Amino acid sequence: MKITKIILSFVSALAILLSSSVTSFAKVVGDKIILGSAISLTGKYSSNGVHTQNGYNMAVDRINSMGGVKVGGKTYKFEIIYYDDESNPKRAAQLAERLISQDGVQFMLGPYSSGLTKAIAPVTEKYGVPMVEANGASRSLFTKGYKYLFAVLAPANLYLDVAIRTAVELNGGKGVRIAQAFEQDAFSQDVRLGILDAAKETGSEIIIDDKLPKELNDMAATLVKVKQMKPDVLVVSGHTKGALTAIRQIAEMKVDVPMLAMTHCDAAKLSKQHGKNSQYALCASQWHKTLTYKDDFFKDGMTYAADFTNEFGYDPPYQAAESSAALLVFKDAFERANSFDQKKVRDALAATNMQTFYGNIKFAPGGQNVDKPMVLFQVMCDGAGKCENKVVAPLKWASAELIHPVPKWSER
Amino acid sequence: MDFMVFQYPMISVQACLDGILLGILFALIAYGMALQWGVMNIINIAQGDLVILGGYIAYFMYLYGIHPAWGVIVAPIIMYFVGVGLYKLVINKVVDRDLFISILATFGISILFMQLMNFAFGADVVLANSGYGTTFLFDSAVVLPNSKIFSAFISILFAICLVIYMKKSKLGRAIRATAQNARAAKILGVDTEKVYAATFGINAALCGVAGALISITFTIHPYMGLPYTIRSFMIVIVAGLGNLPGVALSGMGLGVFEEFADYILGTEFRIGAVFLLLVLILVYRRFKLSRKREYLK
Repeated sequence: MKITKIILSFVSALAILLSSSVTSFAKVVGDKIILGSAISLTGKYSSNGVHTQNGYNMAVDRINSMGGVKVGGKTYKFEIIYYDDESNPKRAAQLAERLISQDGVQFMLGPYSSGLTKAIAPVTEKYGVPMVEANGASRSLFTKGYKYLFAVLAPANLYLDVAIRTAVELNGGKGVRIAQAFEQDAFSQDVRLGILDAAKETGSEIIIDDKLPKELNDMAATLVKVKQMKPDVLVVSGHTKGALTAIRQIAEMKVDVPMLAMTHCDAAKLSKQHGKNSQYALCASQWHKTLTYKDDFFKDGMTYAADFTNEFGYDPPYQAAESSAALLVFKDAFERANSFDQKKVRDALAATNMQTFYGNIKFAPGGQNVDKPMVLFQVMCDGAGKCENKVVAPLKWASAELIHPVPKWSER
Repeated sequence: MDFMVFQYPMISVQACLDGILLGILFALIAYGMALQWGVMNIINIAQGDLVILGGYIAYFMYLYGIHPAWGVIVAPIIMYFVGVGLYKLVINKVVDRDLFISILATFGISILFMQLMNFAFGADVVLANSGYGTTFLFDSAVVLPNSKIFSAFISILFAICLVIYMKKSKLGRAIRATAQNARAAKILGVDTEKVYAATFGINAALCGVAGALISITFTIHPYMGLPYTIRSFMIVIVAGLGNLPGVALSGMGLGVFEEFADYILGTEFRIGAVFLLLVLILVYRRFKLSRKREYLK
């Protein structure tokens, strides 16, 4: 009895194995290039996951309607298979396996966030599947020697580098005193490492270096120290929570600091929802619609923003823009490789050197985009209390002049 | 280690005041937990999630142009019914069972609530702006946001009302009787089922108030509930059940402890320090109990 059971289960396991290997077939079907992506449609990254998906979809529609991808004299159209990774790295890795080994996907688009990209990258690497990702900026993604990973965005350690350099410049080239508070996650800690590097190079001194636990929504203690020590720059990075907590408590505790630099202001909707409290905050951004980069598909940032708003009903955050850019990169690489061979496409990706509405794209050997600087915008409000983000650095792209030092609360 | 907090006396004052105001808010959540723990012998892991849900009620009022301070009145009313509903659906099935079963059941509720809130309200961190100003003390050396003072004041107000209600009203007396001896109360004609439902409802309502205050003072997010559960659990363990002054005191103590841990050990150890304190207290209590047992021998 027992033996029959064992044999039976063995046979059924074999059957399952066979059937799954039969279903995996190459995913360039007819005139379609099928890309796969695990993306956070539910769970804690769902808002940004949706921005990413909207960005991908918009680019797919645009490229398909403007003639598609030409490979070997034939025209192909993009199609994407999405799976919801529930904002869970383990699930994301499973889904990547499934996309590749069951659905037969040969080319991948990245998920949202550094953490999930880290979970997926070993899988795509193992199968030699080229992945263009647009939302994983953590430095550690680019130091592992991955050959099939390409990121259209600038790495996390460069996010606030510009802010420190600008502060030093405004200080007559002398080092500044920096206070910093970073959440304890991969991304924010990478931003922190970038600041440490910048401080070392410019001879700046770090006088407060706080790490915020993930569960903490109170940074009063850090701000009291800032009040006492009076640094020249305060740097905060901790996703939306860090940005919101900082803005609320700085305004409530009337903390005066000549420069406040942050990440995730866009995602936290600072200028729209928290108006005057967020005035003068400097924010790191991968992209801003007023930048003057151009391409044939979306024309420029302003046109992209208008089209995106038309289709989805809200202003595109940079997460959407960079996701759209990922598809432009894929199209370009397919056409240059003139083949669907994964190795050839990979080599074509590595040789990418192009301009998109989102910025210039050129990959370093590690896979990160080295040709697109971060921009800094500052929240600026008019007399009526309407606030807007204006690009202030680097100077080449600036649409407004940086206000520095930030006026004291008592004078506002 | 950083002893800046002792070098500048005004920072110590600031830390103490911040801690006390924060602690009063913790104490309100802990009081709800102590109440239903004492009456129903249930440790509610979903306490923090009820708090966050209350916060979302205030946030949505703010979103629709109503001042979020009104959330302090609306949130407890809605949350009372949420609490009663929760009792009727789940809690009444675990109320006489082992403590472990109730922990498992409320842990499940906690996960469910997190996911439902995430689904319904989205994954963004949000806050409700009260527009309250700032109070400066000691020549501006100490700064207190008025929203914190408002939170502490409202918490004290609700605690006082609740104490009076428990002492004077018929239901309050029934709740206290059930807490002392559920069987005896039942024999004497107290409808314990109703008392349990009301107790859980009151607990949820207190969480609602606290949540509304947290959305005014700090930020809220669907997954931010657990630290509030842990803190209230700890306060209750230190203070004991049915001891309101004890809850208030240990709440404030915890608040001050957190602030000082933040300054001395660094912000990264703030939540960790709370957990460490919890372990120390549990060990100490066990030690004390074992000594008591020795006397009895």
